Amino acid sequence: MIADNPRTLFEKIWDQHVVHQEPGQQTLLYIDLHLIHEVTSPQAFEGLRLAGRPLRRPERTIGTQDHNVPTTDRSLPIVDTIARQQIETLRHNCREFGVRLYDLDSPNQGIVHVIGPELGLTQPGMTIVCGDSHTSTHGAFGALAFGIGTSEVEHVMATQTLSQIKPKTYEIRINGSLGRGVTSKDLILYLIGEITTAGGTGHVIEYTGQAIRELSMEERMTVCNMSIEAGARAGMIAPDETTFEYIRGREFAPDDFEASVTRWKSLPSDPGSTYDRVDIFEAEDVAPQVTWGTNPGQVTRVDAGVPDPADFADATDRQSAESALKYMDLVPGTPITEIPVDRVFIGSCTNSRIEDLRVAAELVRGKKIADHVSAMVVPGSGIIKQQAEQEGLDRVFLEAGFEWREAGCSMCLGMNPDQLDPGERCASTSNRNFEGRQGRGGRTHLVSPEMAAAAAIAGRFVDVRHWD
Amino acid sequence: MKPFETHTGIVATLDRSNVDTDQIIPKQFLKRIERTGFGQFLFYDWRFLEDGSPNPDFELNQPQFQGASILVGRKNFGNGSSREHAVWSLDDYGIRAVIAESFADIFYNNCFKNGLLPITLTPEEVHQIHDRVNQQDGYQLTIDLPAQSVRDEDGLEATFEIETFRKECLIGGLDQIALTLNHIDKIEQFEKANGYCQDS
Ligand code: SF4
Repeated sequence: MIADNPRTLFEKIWDQHVVHQEPGQQTLLYIDLHLIHEVTSPQAFEGLRLAGRPLRRPERTIGTQDHNVPTTDRSLPIVDTIARQQIETLRHNCREFGVRLYDLDSPNQGIVHVIGPELGLTQPGMTIVCGDSHTSTHGAFGALAFGIGTSEVEHVMATQTLSQIKPKTYEIRINGSLGRGVTSKDLILYLIGEITTAGGTGHVIEYTGQAIRELSMEERMTVCNMSIEAGARAGMIAPDETTFEYIRGREFAPDDFEASVTRWKSLPSDPGSTYDRVDIFEAEDVAPQVTWGTNPGQVTRVDAGVPDPADFADATDRQSAESALKYMDLVPGTPITEIPVDRVFIGSCTNSRIEDLRVAAELVRGKKIADHVSAMVVPGSGIIKQQAEQEGLDRVFLEAGFEWREAGCSMCLGMNPDQLDPGERCASTSNRNFEGRQGRGGRTHLVSPEMAAAAAIAGRFVDVRHWD
Repeated sequence: MKPFETHTGIVATLDRSNVDTDQIIPKQFLKRIERTGFGQFLFYDWRFLEDGSPNPDFELNQPQFQGASILVGRKNFGNGSSREHAVWSLDDYGIRAVIAESFADIFYNNCFKNGLLPITLTPEEVHQIHDRVNQQDGYQLTIDLPAQSVRDEDGLEATFEIETFRKECLIGGLDQIALTLNHIDKIEQFEKANGYCQDS
């Protein structure tokens, strides 16, 4: 049956959070959950102080330290004094404004987009923001979640609202099932390659279709996480039994859980609702992916070769492919599987959850990393680290020659000492391969955890579909 | 926020797409807790060689671009992270407006919070400006925000779209938090109606 006024998931959440709207003006939207971290919040807190404004809803604000924290022995003082000051500033600000903080010594500390879902803070139907572009991750629960700048962080602190222009809607449907050895990371890299890094600009993407329904919550988070790499304002997936089961029993899951589930069941897009744009893809077209360039859209199949810039029709694309290959030190036509790697990084808010660590551990169990490779695993949170250790995954990684670290963003952006040296080539499970992202002159190839683990063992990229 | 009405200044070009925020302000400078002083780090890895000396090949180091206050890119300017530090560093360096074929959403939004004007023009118009900059040292543009136009002295004239509220805020240099707090009664009503007042 078609509802009178069919609405999409996005439209339902949007409508429910409108505080004020005047014709021709931006919409004032209520924000349910505000996540903060040490890098994008100090100037916002300072702004509040200077204006003499209180933080409106401390109970809807949650802090963690993740971007700039050491992943080595936490009992030692942080050597970098500027980094230390930033961490102490968040500590001080949270105390002053009454915000709950998962600090370095908390077992729940971790990457902000990992701990929100893990603690059950992230729930369907919510509006969630954070001064971080990968806030899109939380959309995997059927929430409207997006990254904001520091001025908006201050705006949310002071008002618990944001002035927003309503984005457009964009359905990306994926028919069929992903093949063996093909992960949700490969799916999202493939999609970004197809629609480009600006393909989603101004839109909120809703991922639909059989391939999406079949994904676990961890896998869905990986897809939504990288929506921002497609330029989208947010990514979303309608909540279903997989979502409810994930949330059930978590620390901040609602007390009236069954009633909440009933409410959440009304969120999925109504039959007959329409999107501003629709694209349809087939899961069987997706192979394991490896980026060859300096943005996530410069990606190809593992069984292909490095593309030739001359084959790009658009002059700007050709020019950016040329400069990317120069930076990456790659020759057109080289088979991807002949590219050697020096470093392997398994971590980041894209792929540092327990499932990611399990599949990676399975691949390396009983094997040794290649002589010329150094590799590290950085769990997304203290809880994941603990769980992995209970399952003995740390032993598997350590015996294979990986380093096993404390939770944080680590070499995803290399703000802390975890960085690539100039010229080093890295297979990374993170989300950005921008020039210098993992260290000045470092060369990043984005891949799935399976592909990263296999690359560590083989010392080059391998097609995990044929790995034994 | 400093107001923006009209501005005339030297134009510098960055002839590339996807100028991401990691390039505009590399991560090692995000540890600072201040909002000012980021200009010295703008485009750091491109602008300076490994030993810290200026990279003679980088556009902004060219003599004709010294004192530039308008930056012209290509497609998808400012993609990547939400770091407002990118806008703070452009602003602190002296850039008042960025012109491109398209912008990434968060960067675009952050500009307006800091009195920096992002202007979207057509690929042809952007191309034309690149050409004119290449042909004429010290090439200048005049930006008229109320009229929503960009022009030079040789007849180039282009108009651009901008959302009304953003335009008003920029022209008036308005404090958006204060504007929102004018609606505090509506926020309170919303919280009451939705059972959001756990502590009151
Ligand atoms: S893991 Fe990387 S992408 Fe994720 S929040 Fe940290 S720095 Fe950002």
